[in-house]
Amino acid sequence: MKTPEKQIGAPMDRVDGRLKVTGAATYSAEYELPGITYAVLVGSTITKGRITGIDSKAAERAPGVLAVITHFNSPKVPGFDTAGKDPSQPATVGGPIKIFHDDKIRFNDQPIAIVVADTLERARFAARLVKGQYAPEKHQTNLEASKPQAFLPTSAKKNPKNPMNDYQRGKTDAYKAGAIKLEQDYVIPTEVHHPMELQAITAHWEAPDRLTIYDKTQGTMATRRDFAKEWGLPEENVKVIATFVGGAFGNALHSWPHESAAIMAAKVVNRPVKLMLTREQMFTMVGYRPYTWQKIGMSATADGKITAITHESIGQTSSYEEFTESTLAQTRMMYQSPNLTTRYRLASLDIGSPIWMRGPGEATGAFALESAMDEMAHQLGIDPLEFRLRNYTDTDPENGKPWSTKFLKECYQLGADRIGWNKRQLKPGSVRDGDWQVGYGMGVGTFGAHRGAATVGAQLLPNGTVLLQCATTDIGPGTGTVMTQIAADTLGMDPQKIRFELGNSSFPKAGTQGGSSTVNSVGPATQQACLALKDKLRQLAAVGSAAFASAKKEDIILTDGYLTLASNSTARVPYAELLKQAGGTAVAVEAKPDGAGQKYSMYSFSVHFAEVLVHVLTGEVRVSKLVSCADAGTIINEKTAANQMKGGAVGGIGMALMEHAIIDDRYGRYITKDFADYHVPVNADSPDIQVAFVNQPDPYVNALGTKGIGEIATIGVAPAIANAVFNATGKRVRELPITPDKLV
Amino acid sequence: MNQFQYSRPTKQQAAIDAVAKDPNAAFIAGGTNLVDLMKRGVTSPQKLVDINRLPLGKIESQNNGLRIGALALNSAVAEDRQVREKQPLLALALNAGASPQLRNMATVGGNMLQRTRCAYFYDTTMPCNKRQPGTGCGALEGVNRMHAIFGFSDKCIAVHPSDMSVALVALDAVVQVSGPKGNRSIPFADFHRLPGDTPEKDTNLTPGELITAVDVPDGPFTKHVHYQKVRERASYAFALLSVAAALDIDGSNIIKAARLAMGGVAHKPWRLTTAEQMLVGKPATEETFRQAADVAMQGAKSFKYNAYKLKLGPNAIVQALKTAAAA
Repeated sequence: MKTPEKQIGAPMDRVDGRLKVTGAATYSAEYELPGITYAVLVGSTITKGRITGIDSKAAERAPGVLAVITHFNSPKVPGFDTAGKDPSQPATVGGPIKIFHDDKIRFNDQPIAIVVADTLERARFAARLVKGQYAPEKHQTNLEASKPQAFLPTSAKKNPKNPMNDYQRGKTDAYKAGAIKLEQDYVIPTEVHHPMELQAITAHWEAPDRLTIYDKTQGTMATRRDFAKEWGLPEENVKVIATFVGGAFGNALHSWPHESAAIMAAKVVNRPVKLMLTREQMFTMVGYRPYTWQKIGMSATADGKITAITHESIGQTSSYEEFTESTLAQTRMMYQSPNLTTRYRLASLDIGSPIWMRGPGEATGAFALESAMDEMAHQLGIDPLEFRLRNYTDTDPENGKPWSTKFLKECYQLGADRIGWNKRQLKPGSVRDGDWQVGYGMGVGTFGAHRGAATVGAQLLPNGTVLLQCATTDIGPGTGTVMTQIAADTLGMDPQKIRFELGNSSFPKAGTQGGSSTVNSVGPATQQACLALKDKLRQLAAVGSAAFASAKKEDIILTDGYLTLASNSTARVPYAELLKQAGGTAVAVEAKPDGAGQKYSMYSFSVHFAEVLVHVLTGEVRVSKLVSCADAGTIINEKTAANQMKGGAVGGIGMALMEHAIIDDRYGRYITKDFADYHVPVNADSPDIQVAFVNQPDPYVNALGTKGIGEIATIGVAPAIANAVFNATGKRVRELPITPDKLV
Repeated sequence: MNQFQYSRPTKQQAAIDAVAKDPNAAFIAGGTNLVDLMKRGVTSPQKLVDINRLPLGKIESQNNGLRIGALALNSAVAEDRQVREKQPLLALALNAGASPQLRNMATVGGNMLQRTRCAYFYDTTMPCNKRQPGTGCGALEGVNRMHAIFGFSDKCIAVHPSDMSVALVALDAVVQVSGPKGNRSIPFADFHRLPGDTPEKDTNLTPGELITAVDVPDGPFTKHVHYQKVRERASYAFALLSVAAALDIDGSNIIKAARLAMGGVAHKPWRLTTAEQMLVGKPATEETFRQAADVAMQGAKSFKYNAYKLKLGPNAIVQALKTAAAA
């Protein structure tokens, strides 16, 4: 019998690719339920203060309107009364806005009303008729002005082991005493989440105590938990469906006010309610990468050994939640600096809460660290790659543990060869191509190889196919595809005969898709569930066949229609017979991390090399070449993995050169509120991005050898471009984005 | 969006009459800007008169020039063989604007009539004299990095966003309009207005007047032309500023005629006639271009966030002239 080709590592097409490109994939706003209604949110026009009145009469009288809900007439939400209990992410101290619960305005465009009508057009029209009256209070939306009030996060104050606490090894701020040193400020402005799919929810109370939501979320179980708690329901009474998610990047890691509003509206009108945010509302009510000020102090010896680093940062958060992220994590473990100090602080602003955005804090931190590395290398007259090699660490300097695996040097080599690093001149501004200056830069990224518990269910169906199920989501990386590959290899089956269903909170449980952890977590669960299924089938076959009774599960082969043995092809049991037996074939296996993290420091690594052109007269920057290399453990699917790397790199181009959400602080309102004013890269801004993987398994994260890709695809790209701009022009831009006005 | 009446006349006079007698009526052609403005509540016409059925889409040669119908699509004009041969600057400017999808919908007349992209104009909760006279100018003391450096007033510092219009003003185009009182011709430079005390008026069209065509006279600018658009990404972005440059250079590298205009710097496409005059008779060298750029920028004034335009402007002029000369 022919051995099936190995699927792990193969560039398999996406299992749902055809559905996506033909429009057959159903997203949260596309569920057509009987009696469906449409909702539109009305936002506050002030930034801080109180609502003194809402004139909703005209809206209520408008044709087709079923309800206008405000805090004056909203139904009681049981979870809103459990004061101080945070129904949201554990990483966020405080609690999200309780929608339509009180008269307080905490940010501009905070929803003050939801209008429900029988058509979207009628809802939209009526929403325009709702007028709020306010008693405004003085607001603050500027981080620079709030720096004096910056504070240590509550999570750090409460727990001395929390990584948001100040970190110290060696002497405090030792860089100040260094003979060769630098001290610089770096700023990343607010960047707003704009996945292709807008935030959307279809909420349906199937019974007074049974809620189903079709929701854009990265975690069906986390969303279920949040809304079960909010409505005082047992978790099993809430079902969250997110079969397809059109990009999320962290945007859907939090339960947001609009979701609560739609669920509340569905309760009031007693019909399913569909709500999709506008692009403009995506700026204000569903998170963003926070504006972050950073300062780096660094000292080094003349021969290029770093002697001390101090890295401080102040990130923006809202007045009602403390959002924290690992801005300083990379600095603590990337380079062998004997003296190291980090200080993380927050500043509360009258803006909606931030949320993780791809690469999250590490990408923000890497802009400062990797820019400073380039600045120090320049100061020392050492090639920036050589400078990094001189400070390479073979153990984790933060905690002294060995790395589980680290192939960063191999990444450096792969990338340097492909970009042609030897063409880079030490002296900035020395290469010209016509009216363009040419420069090369690099930036390093790292992110923890996180793994959580996950359960996958597996069963053989009468048609001889295998169905796998898991509550995990697929926000775009190709989760269903790589799980199918893992299952195909484990079962020894044609991947066409395997279906991996996800995005449903009723399926076996899994964590949220975030932090580059899904393959690390769900991958081993898939593998183990498939092994368990094989064993289960062997047991069922053994009832009528002695050959199977003594067989090992590795010996089992699933063919078209029957079970057989690799060692004995005459032993055959048709599936129909197995399925006749009581109990069925279904198995579910939970896979958990085995504690290797106690002994090893587990990280993915990446390096990005950029070649840029800067126009000598106009200051326009074009990324002419980008090479991204990753040590992400075993690569399950070359194609989807490279796709993630390229997407992350494009995000990095946006961060480096264009993304910039601007608020007019006088009003607390965004000036950039559409794609005409808030720029993300277009195709013409993206060069042909080359991707290379070391593709060496990590033996400790899980049995598959994976480490995670999503974040390291973005972390380090922006500084690579900023450093290349310096190499091209001699101009160092420390406040992103690098727009022509900063270079001309 | 508010409710509105909609009609689609097939006769030009019927369209003009419909708009002339109703102050709340508006023409609609490609709708690429008007529909956005209606969705955002910036404007709420109660009657839309769709002119797409009027026979105004032709591009034809006549009277020593090209007559481009008001309904000719931006993409069709940019690709038209006669336009590319006789007025390549216009084709370059058109292709620098918007995206292929928008250029396939947007018309020549509509392009000229697009409203400013000033964020304060678009946000109905903020002050804007252009949208709501008397409320003040949000941009004056606000985020004004995209705003004017020439010809502004304390009532309005917005800029006109069209690329096409920058080329047309440089090429001495003439706008043909038809209104309740008959037909008239408006030199392109007089078509758009400076804000003064009435920033709500973008153009000198009177109520009910319909653009029927734009005439572009034949000239010597068939080779040495360039449209330099400086923007924050490679495509599909409004200009930080732009420069339309056209030169006629003789065999000894002496400039016989020059045209120069800027976009993104004023409430109207900004013709730089003094700099043009300065260029004539001079050798087509970078030194000459730099002198012209310095002349062109005389009188420019910046605000808190757009001082970069004072440096970017002359640089872009030099780059445009250099590229035009080398074309």
